[in-house]
Amino acid sequence: MKKVYIHSAVTISAQDTFDSDGFLNEIKGLSGKTVAARYPNYKDYITPANLRRMAEGVKMGVSAASKALKDAEITQPDAIITGTGMGCIDDTEKFLNAIISNDEQFLTPTAFIQSTHNTVGAQIALGLKCKAYNNTYSQAALSFEWALMDAQLLLQQEEAENVLVGGYEELGKEIISYRRMMEDADGLGIQVPYSEGASFFVVSSEKTEHSVELIDMEVYSSISTESIQDSLKQFLTKNDVDLSEIDVFISGRNGDVFDSYYDLTAELFENITQLHYKHLSGEFYTASPFGLWAAYEILYRQEIPEAMIFKGEIKSDNHIILLYNQFKGRDHSFILLKR
Amino acid sequence: MGVAITGMGIISAIGHSVEENKTSLLASKTGIGDLRHIQTNHSQAIKVGEVSLSNAELTRQLQLPEVHNYTRTGLLGLLAATAALENANIPDCSTYRTGFISSTTVGGMDMTEKYIKQFDKDITAQKYIATHHAGDSTRKIADALRIHGLVTTISTACSSAANAIMLGTRLIKAGKLDRVVVGGTDALSKFTINGFKTLMIQSDSLCAPFDAHRNGLNLGEAAAYLVLESDAVVQKEKKEVLAYLSGYGNANDAFHQTASSENGEGAFLAMQKALKTAKLNPNQIDYIIAHGTATTNNDLSESRALERIFDKQIPDFSSTKSLTGHTLAAAGVVEAVFSILALQEQYIFPNLNFKTPMPETGLKPITSGVKKEIQHVLSNSFGFGGNCSTLIFSKA
Repeated sequence: MKKVYIHSAVTISAQDTFDSDGFLNEIKGLSGKTVAARYPNYKDYITPANLRRMAEGVKMGVSAASKALKDAEITQPDAIITGTGMGCIDDTEKFLNAIISNDEQFLTPTAFIQSTHNTVGAQIALGLKCKAYNNTYSQAALSFEWALMDAQLLLQQEEAENVLVGGYEELGKEIISYRRMMEDADGLGIQVPYSEGASFFVVSSEKTEHSVELIDMEVYSSISTESIQDSLKQFLTKNDVDLSEIDVFISGRNGDVFDSYYDLTAELFENITQLHYKHLSGEFYTASPFGLWAAYEILYRQEIPEAMIFKGEIKSDNHIILLYNQFKGRDHSFILLKR
Repeated sequence: MGVAITGMGIISAIGHSVEENKTSLLASKTGIGDLRHIQTNHSQAIKVGEVSLSNAELTRQLQLPEVHNYTRTGLLGLLAATAALENANIPDCSTYRTGFISSTTVGGMDMTEKYIKQFDKDITAQKYIATHHAGDSTRKIADALRIHGLVTTISTACSSAANAIMLGTRLIKAGKLDRVVVGGTDALSKFTINGFKTLMIQSDSLCAPFDAHRNGLNLGEAAAYLVLESDAVVQKEKKEVLAYLSGYGNANDAFHQTASSENGEGAFLAMQKALKTAKLNPNQIDYIIAHGTATTNNDLSESRALERIFDKQIPDFSSTKSLTGHTLAAAGVVEAVFSILALQEQYIFPNLNFKTPMPETGLKPITSGVKKEIQHVLSNSFGFGGNCSTLIFSKA
């Protein structure tokens, strides 16, 4: 079975992560109910005619995908796979509101056409004239992870050599405000703002000087707090990795009551460097690839940003990173990386 | 041979079970008619393939508590997925590594469009804030079936369920799962009806796939699921195999966000890949259940792709969307169930309302049901965004 390597990692987020060559050196503190991403200069990636039509998620997705391909020096991937929890919610709300306010009359198709979840994958394929395998996942906080698992499967089974894989989410206006309202009504709810972003990666079956190995990953629709430790142990055993070999543990902490899952997992380790990132990225269904981007950068640069420290010390020589994310006690994912 | 299919379940405009769907198919009985469950200004101007049961009736049939937050998409899906597991004689999903892969285009839109303007104050409406996203119905169904591991949703417009079936097949072949329930669900919504209305590809009469004078599609709603099992499980449990999923292909047309290319390149590539994975030559395909939406663009583009693959020797083909309507995300699995029924019954289902071949190709679909020896059925599903997928089913 072929191994899987990450060749490039790109993220557009609430932080200066896209245009900057630095690695989370200048941090923007996030506060409020929702925080928009820091949008790049889209004109570098998208023609003006297309820019006018595209909603934010599509613009972010296409730009991040384009840079991920460029960084990996790939012009035509063998597959394009995306993940999104809410899809093109901006155009969805736009079309729905036009139906409601105009009583189903005088509607134009543009927003409807671009409201489908596969719009980003389609626009990337269209831009590249890429006729290869193309797929889109939408499973809440596992949307990106499923896209990555599909890529892993394609590479392992030798159905592809280079796969473009990414996740994107846009805030939209209406449903996000109601989701926030419900969240804030719950005293133990998510303690970071809702945000948005796009993260894209080129994964390959070929090892290069700069690549980071994706040892393995696993997803679970549900796990109880009682069995989370065993699930992690089983995952590591399956991959012949001992708990003591893991240098860094990156969790998707967002301050809600379900952070207990991360606490239980961290108990398994002694003196491990614990990092977190959702205070930097905000929370959204595809926030977890921000963590994967950071993990790639940590292994690639051998540098850990101060702002990511949750507990423990920064050590040198970091080789194996474990990422763990879940959302409200559901949709758990483990990702194991090595350099 | 491929991956074994050991169970199936379906609810569509032509029946609430596999048996009822089979009866309608064999009797050439369409389910397309007037819209009943959705309030829209366009109800007189369209024909739809609607499931006759109301949400309250579905709730009763599923023995759910009266107050719940299932969307119609979730209700239809739960009914079909439960039936598929029953059909496969699987009372307990914990015995083997079991996954659930669903698909939908609109997710919980049927409730979002009803209640979005009440979300701010109305407590009874607020339970639907969290049900809009595509993964909601999938998670509810997986929980009800007690499937806790690999659970996901694919959303590639009208090719979604075909891609869900494909992923399940690949996971079984790679040894990552022993069993998987695959398929999709989509409920009709005002959102979709108006969307297709703006594209002017919705017919005001019964759709006529592949006809020269076709004037658009009829929307439909449905849910259907298949149970796939590894050879090891089939042997160990001495399972009866309904059919095999022998070939699959996914390609992108990379031509336009909604329109298909003139020569059907994406469709051509998807069929080519499917034949290759099935290790079959085009002349071994006995029957094609075409995507055949009855839009001007799709049917010509698909015909061109068929001509290219089959080199003018096109096998018997028909579009069953003239019976069920276009069920969007679910179309791929609805037609997968029909492919399996075609193999079991050795019968080709009719393409209704066809009169005149289109001048560009002269192709004639099968217009009345007929007995035939069938070993392999090819089924196409194409969607917005250029997503094209093909599946091949082979006789058990």
